[in-house]
Amino acid sequence: MKNTLIQLSQFTEKLSRRKLLGGAATVAVALVQNAHGHTLQKGIPQSALDDDPTKVPGVPPGELGTRSPFEKLLKDPSATSSRSPLQDIYGMITPSDLHFERNHGGVPAIDPAKHELLIHGLVEKPLIFKVADLKRFPSVSRIAFLECSGNFRSGKETLRPQDVCGLTSQSEWTGVKLSTIFREAGIKPNATWFLAEGGDAAVMTRSIPVKKGWDDAILAYAQNGEALRPEQGYPLRLFLPGWEGNTSVKWLRRLELSDQPFMTREETSKYTESVNGRVRQFSFDMDARSIITFPSYPQSVEKGWIEIRGIAWSGRGKVVRVEVSTDAGKSWHLAALQDPILDKAHTAFRYLWQWKGDETEIMSRVTDETGYTQPTLKQLVEARGESGGYHFNPITAWQIKRDGAVLFKPEK
Amino acid sequence: MQRPFALSLKLYVQLPILFSVLGVLYTGNDDFQAPNQYLAISDTTQHPASFGFGRPATKAEIDRLDIDIRPDGKGLPAGSGLATKGKIIFDSKCVACHGAGGIGGPNGSLVTTTAAGDKEKRAEKTIGNYWPYATTVFDYIRRAMPFNQPGSLTNEEVYHLTAYLLSANKLIDEKTVIDAKSLPKVIMPAQKLFVPDDRKGGPEVK
Repeated sequence: MKNTLIQLSQFTEKLSRRKLLGGAATVAVALVQNAHGHTLQKGIPQSALDDDPTKVPGVPPGELGTRSPFEKLLKDPSATSSRSPLQDIYGMITPSDLHFERNHGGVPAIDPAKHELLIHGLVEKPLIFKVADLKRFPSVSRIAFLECSGNFRSGKETLRPQDVCGLTSQSEWTGVKLSTIFREAGIKPNATWFLAEGGDAAVMTRSIPVKKGWDDAILAYAQNGEALRPEQGYPLRLFLPGWEGNTSVKWLRRLELSDQPFMTREETSKYTESVNGRVRQFSFDMDARSIITFPSYPQSVEKGWIEIRGIAWSGRGKVVRVEVSTDAGKSWHLAALQDPILDKAHTAFRYLWQWKGDETEIMSRVTDETGYTQPTLKQLVEARGESGGYHFNPITAWQIKRDGAVLFKPEK
Repeated sequence: MQRPFALSLKLYVQLPILFSVLGVLYTGNDDFQAPNQYLAISDTTQHPASFGFGRPATKAEIDRLDIDIRPDGKGLPAGSGLATKGKIIFDSKCVACHGAGGIGGPNGSLVTTTAAGDKEKRAEKTIGNYWPYATTVFDYIRRAMPFNQPGSLTNEEVYHLTAYLLSANKLIDEKTVIDAKSLPKVIMPAQKLFVPDDRKGGPEVK
């Protein structure tokens, strides 16, 4: 089944004397021939875009779908993470290749046939599962967000939603419930915590209360209908709905049941936050948050009707209300919530607004089913005595300038 | 297949009857939930006590992977370390990322000169002023450091480095031997600052 790359000129010569694909000038497409001798395309040729698409035959069917060359969707990588382009995403699902990424020792290359999960410690039967074994268990799928708890940036006006809080994404996750595996191994009554360990270069570890394992934890092997992407933990990850992303340990290789937490580096030196002179630890739940993704920097608007759009979510349950202000927070109006409104999931919201050309600020705030309303940065700073750190989820405002330019509003 | 429309219409008409019959049949089952728009059993209804998938883990298989160290010292291997020996290793393998003497460096200071909880100066979070357990130092170095050669250090080398970093942070005397017995007893000044998360949702901002 080895594909051979064939030259475009060869292809056009062989199949047609016509200007089938606009000549061999620019090629944004790779043409490949499979074992059956069929010629397939990967991508659309740049040159074809200059032609009237109704006057030339299109490219033949392909093995993989492609993204239009007009759509420049990119994550924004740093040395340790890569952020989702929230301002370019529609609806509630993050395309898998745009899901944010955070790792502590790079993305490991793992052969799923060799990968195993060990469960041991305070269990009746220590067991080892191959990924194929885990796929035999009853499966579960759920749509839920995953957000890094270090997901707040400010400081300048030229920040996109991707820069402000691009470390949140949403997928449909499929796997086996951890509770199913707990039953299989037999959790001893004195087990209160479990260690989750990754098979990456950081061999990253987190201690998780056993209760979360029984509640809704998933050992996920699939995301949005296909196997996990390597960046998302291929071939196996823990997925803890509503909890800070770091606890959803990727490349999962080991679970150890214990009667106490292990106090790993990621739950002591990192992923803890200073609060009024103390250090808050094991702050798992992601508090409710929302952000307007349109209009936002670097977009611009025109006078007239504007549908303000965004996403809202809570790690503690469902979104019950999103309010939008178009007068810098003086008055608030209910936004429309797009079905489905799911537990611990990004929920799309919309608010129709007529902009008359005056300079203003627009912002959103969410309330979840516990009655928690997304705070202002000022409220957070007052409550914690800190101006930053993990679990900062403030209301985000966008300035609308007279010329229609949209800029982030960095709060003091 | 010849009259699909007629067949599907027939099924459509019969569907409510089918539902009501199933409803009656299932009412005796504890797992049955009254149908809202659809009819389904709860997730674990047919789960056996054990599926029998996977295989038992042997002690050797567990020991090979079980590398974690608990705050009480459980998991610490044999061996011991000294700060003076640790400094030599640090200067060759760690200094590029963590700076001379563990101060500065592109990937963060490990050693501090400010006391825990010092509000005068917003100090970088280091082992000395922020890490609550000394055992974490051993566990983390052994599993993840050096960044470009993770897992390459011997247990003895990890003990030496642990002793060096604790000594540089003035948490132990330079001559203190760090081993499975002494490491969990090192008092970490920041430990008393750590409190469990008290956020609970609801109207209060915390």
